[in-house]
Amino acid sequence: MKLLWREAMLAFKRTRTLSVLSITTIAFALFVSGLFGLVALNLRSALRNVAERVEVVAFVFRGTPSQQLQVASDDISAFPEVLEVRYVSEEEALTRARRDLVEFQEAYQDLEINPLPPSLEIRLRPEFRDARHAGEVAERLRGFEFVEDVRYGRDWVERLDALRQIAAFVGLAIGLAFALVSIVIIGVTIRMTVLHRAREIRIMRLVGATDWFIRGPFLLEGIIKGLIGGVVASILCAAVFGAFAAGQFGLGMGLTFFGPLEVIALLLFGMLLGLTGSLVSVGRHLKKV
Amino acid sequence: MIRFTKVSKHYPTGTAPALDDVTFHVARGEFVFLTGHSGAGKSSLLKLMYGDEQPSSGDVRVSGFHIGALKRDEVPRLRRRLGIVFQDFGLLEDRTASENVAFALEVTGTRADVIPARVTKVLAQVGLLHKAESFPRELSGGEQQRVAIARALVNDPPILLADEPTGNLDERATRGVFQLLTDINALGTVVVMATHDLDLVRFGGQRTLELRDGRIVFDSGKDGEGSA
Repeated sequence: MKLLWREAMLAFKRTRTLSVLSITTIAFALFVSGLFGLVALNLRSALRNVAERVEVVAFVFRGTPSQQLQVASDDISAFPEVLEVRYVSEEEALTRARRDLVEFQEAYQDLEINPLPPSLEIRLRPEFRDARHAGEVAERLRGFEFVEDVRYGRDWVERLDALRQIAAFVGLAIGLAFALVSIVIIGVTIRMTVLHRAREIRIMRLVGATDWFIRGPFLLEGIIKGLIGGVVASILCAAVFGAFAAGQFGLGMGLTFFGPLEVIALLLFGMLLGLTGSLVSVGRHLKKV
Repeated sequence: MIRFTKVSKHYPTGTAPALDDVTFHVARGEFVFLTGHSGAGKSSLLKLMYGDEQPSSGDVRVSGFHIGALKRDEVPRLRRRLGIVFQDFGLLEDRTASENVAFALEVTGTRADVIPARVTKVLAQVGLLHKAESFPRELSGGEQQRVAIARALVNDPPILLADEPTGNLDERATRGVFQLLTDINALGTVVVMATHDLDLVRFGGQRTLELRDGRIVFDSGKDGEGSA
């Protein structure tokens, strides 16, 4: 074990420039992936926040008996898409309007009669917060005889759908592109390492080293490099995130950073990259010698 | 110790065989020169001996190993029974002379506490104890080759293979290395040395195998002289 460690450190020192290069490569690949992950994470939570607001409102004819509404509410709650149904009375609607629509506060102030109809507000389950499902629920609500009109903000729900699709597509495309670039860069670095080590591996073989004796230090070295790359990438991600979060850029929403699990995943991924690189580069040469 | 029986070797790229129907035997305690022009097959012959190549046909036996049937995981065991020396020395540049020698012991899993004594002994044997802590670049060509020979000897191999070990050395260093090899041979180690230095061959007077176009065209051991 001591020998393994010493040999790994020696290999590290021996090819210092290449080592630094491959650490930089791994760090860069992970940094970019990390940044991308951060953007995806925050975009997803932003979209989730917006989607929270997708709801269907059924305006009810004035004077509908509350018992009828109660039964209907229970029916609607049983729809697979529906999370909860809330009855908003005429009075509550007016109170809300006075509170929320500041511009019309005066207009709503001295009304003789309440112009606002009572309504049922229906919140959908997270997986159904899109235009198609909201539309279907709205259609079914129109079937109730006491329902005067149904609204679900069709335009913006459709726009939200489009946004989600774009986000998913762009995410996939950029993710793939970065993965490809990282693999190519790492591949080139490995190739250089292979050429650099050919002689050394050959000498080891000639003095009677077994395959695993030769592999061991190289693999350990790869894992260490990957780990360092992962740490560097995490620090860079945190720095960029910190700078961004401090600026806020008028986003008006809280930004999320990786949890410990995601950071560990990043480090493990780095170690895996380093290990794979070493396995490939040593394996190829062991076969030849 | 070494027995070739009707051995031929074809490389996929070459048109003519590298070795063609080669048969010879090297007995315990022998010193054998392999001579011939570049491309005559000297290196191919040595590669077969240390398991770097497999014969296309025929049978090769080295120190009890059947080279034609050698499995990959048996190669290290064969190599530990051989000492191998090259024209370009093959030393690891970032290790001192003693570390280079110790490396061959570490690789074979020798206990750490016995390594220093064995390294010292073998460096003394090649006359380089005073340069034990020097790096290869601080040594002359002759000294580097002595370190390589020390490394080849440290596992007490019954056979030492040397491929043009004096090819990069001046005449004085050549004589020194050759003397060292004959001393090693005198202690009982079989030495097979490929060279095209005919002066050395004449000077040494050992058994000589001459190769031409992959065939043995002369074997001074056939009529008894030089073979043990």
